[in-house]
Amino acid sequence: MVYENPDGVRIGLEVHVQLNKLNTKLFCGCSTDYHDSEPNTHVCPVCLGLPGALPVINEKAVEYAMKIGLALGCDIVEQTQFHRKNYYYPDLPKGFQTTQYDFPIAGEGKVVIEGEDGERDIGITRAHMEEDPGRLQHMGSIDKSKGTLINYNRSGMTLIEIVSEPDMRSPKEARRYLDKLRSILDYLDVFNGDLEGAMRVDANVSVFMGERVEVKNISSFKGAERALLYEIMRQKNQIRRGGEITLETRHFDEARGVTLSMRTKETENDYRYFPEPDLMPMRVADRVPAVAATLPELPDAKRNRFLEEYDMTDMHAKALTSDQDIADFYEAVAQNENIDSKDAAVWVADIFKGEWNYRDLAIHGRTNDPVTPPYSWVKLSGANRKDPTITSSIGSDDLIYIIGSVNNGEISDNSGIEVIRIILDEGGSANEVIDAKGLRKVEDDIVATAVSETIAENEAAVQDYLGGAEKSLNFLVGQVMKKTKGRADARQARELLVAALKS
Amino acid sequence: MITKDEVEHVGWLCRIEINDAEAEEYAVKLSSVLDYFGQLDEVDTEGVEPTYHVADIMNVFREDVVTPSLDQKDVLTNTAEEKDGYIKAPRII
Repeated sequence: MVYENPDGVRIGLEVHVQLNKLNTKLFCGCSTDYHDSEPNTHVCPVCLGLPGALPVINEKAVEYAMKIGLALGCDIVEQTQFHRKNYYYPDLPKGFQTTQYDFPIAGEGKVVIEGEDGERDIGITRAHMEEDPGRLQHMGSIDKSKGTLINYNRSGMTLIEIVSEPDMRSPKEARRYLDKLRSILDYLDVFNGDLEGAMRVDANVSVFMGERVEVKNISSFKGAERALLYEIMRQKNQIRRGGEITLETRHFDEARGVTLSMRTKETENDYRYFPEPDLMPMRVADRVPAVAATLPELPDAKRNRFLEEYDMTDMHAKALTSDQDIADFYEAVAQNENIDSKDAAVWVADIFKGEWNYRDLAIHGRTNDPVTPPYSWVKLSGANRKDPTITSSIGSDDLIYIIGSVNNGEISDNSGIEVIRIILDEGGSANEVIDAKGLRKVEDDIVATAVSETIAENEAAVQDYLGGAEKSLNFLVGQVMKKTKGRADARQARELLVAALKS
Repeated sequence: MITKDEVEHVGWLCRIEINDAEAEEYAVKLSSVLDYFGQLDEVDTEGVEPTYHVADIMNVFREDVVTPSLDQKDVLTNTAEEKDGYIKAPRII
């Protein structure tokens, strides 16, 4: 089925990714670890824009930018440099933002998403480096504010702005693009997407090939979807009423779910871009092979490998590879010789991941063995996104134990799920939990069930035994053992049979 | 020739208030500066690579190692107004 795109919707996204896993800011040695700190404590003359301060480029930031560019299939430019983008706003202490202009570090690339009608390429126009501005906080509500409070801790943090082509045809496709981008960036280990402000989105949207409207201030992926739904509806209504869509910037009001027209900003010319005289140009092309060598197996490649190596559906392959830690966790489970890879996919993708997400856990740590993949053991630790004091952890060995116990009938499917829940909520290993909660009692039930079934199915032998033929009891015990695949204790089986037959 | 409107626009971009008399004066002065630079346009630059930077140096980097930041009280020394460690600015829309 081909998606017709009845409203001619075209969406392009500009995503700002904050490289908060770097130790220091883009142009100075101030620590990036400011999130729980007092305002204006992670600043220096450079990121405060004090006169005479000289910026120096963080080499690791350049490496990370190249890593992102390569992962998005972009061409890395031969030579690149920074520009000054001039505008006055209190979040920019220098009166300009140091950014890139006509030589962005990364050129055209693409991201493959699950579109409205199957896989779809979303073009990447460019990815460039720039500095984050400081943070403004209004005193009271925005319209009755008595003043603005400025915190420059964020000022000078490294941002990578990833600009897409207007290739998305619905808010859903935009959401899928954002999810995919996040997944790729997570794999690259260049940022912590759970930190406040780690990924910020501006959207360009038009309908019926009309003028585009820029929507700013989108703070979450869900917000992006809502803002786009609203903006598309607004534009369609405007056209229906005979109005025109004009090029403008609108502000997304998250609380009310609407977009509002903003005061006209500077136009491109007004920014008076010019090459940053304080920073030397960078020749990076010869660094590409070394950076490329550090790229991990990315989500699409991993998904294809999973489909080849393991027995699983495409849906499971996608679910298991959207997060690298989950993918590694799965492989540690599936590689166990007693576990079927398809079983493992169901348990990890459907059950474990469901329970993990239900608890709103963000993976904040993992341990594995050996040091490099393939891992035979992976342990995931997570913390609740809203209340980080709530933590959970679970190892691949726990899941192997659970799946094994379910498969050999020691515990039921439901008990298996229960064990995962208890490990996540209360801790402990699978073995301990099964014992402590008496879930293995099912064992006795299995024997009891086997006994009554044996009695019901072997009337002749039962009659013989009741008639005094003791040997028939041995036959019946044998049947119970067979039914329980030898896991029942023979003496216990005999006692249960005798008790049942005598009653 | 630079117009008065252009001078006022540039003033707005820099958030500098310019009165009428000043705008007229600056229009003349800025025009003469631009005319002077205009002479550069007469030079034949066919086949010459643009100069993005006067120093012929590339790849000046630093390592990703944290250096101490300023004390909050030093940061706030030059601010006209502060509140709870923040720099306080007039209301911004």
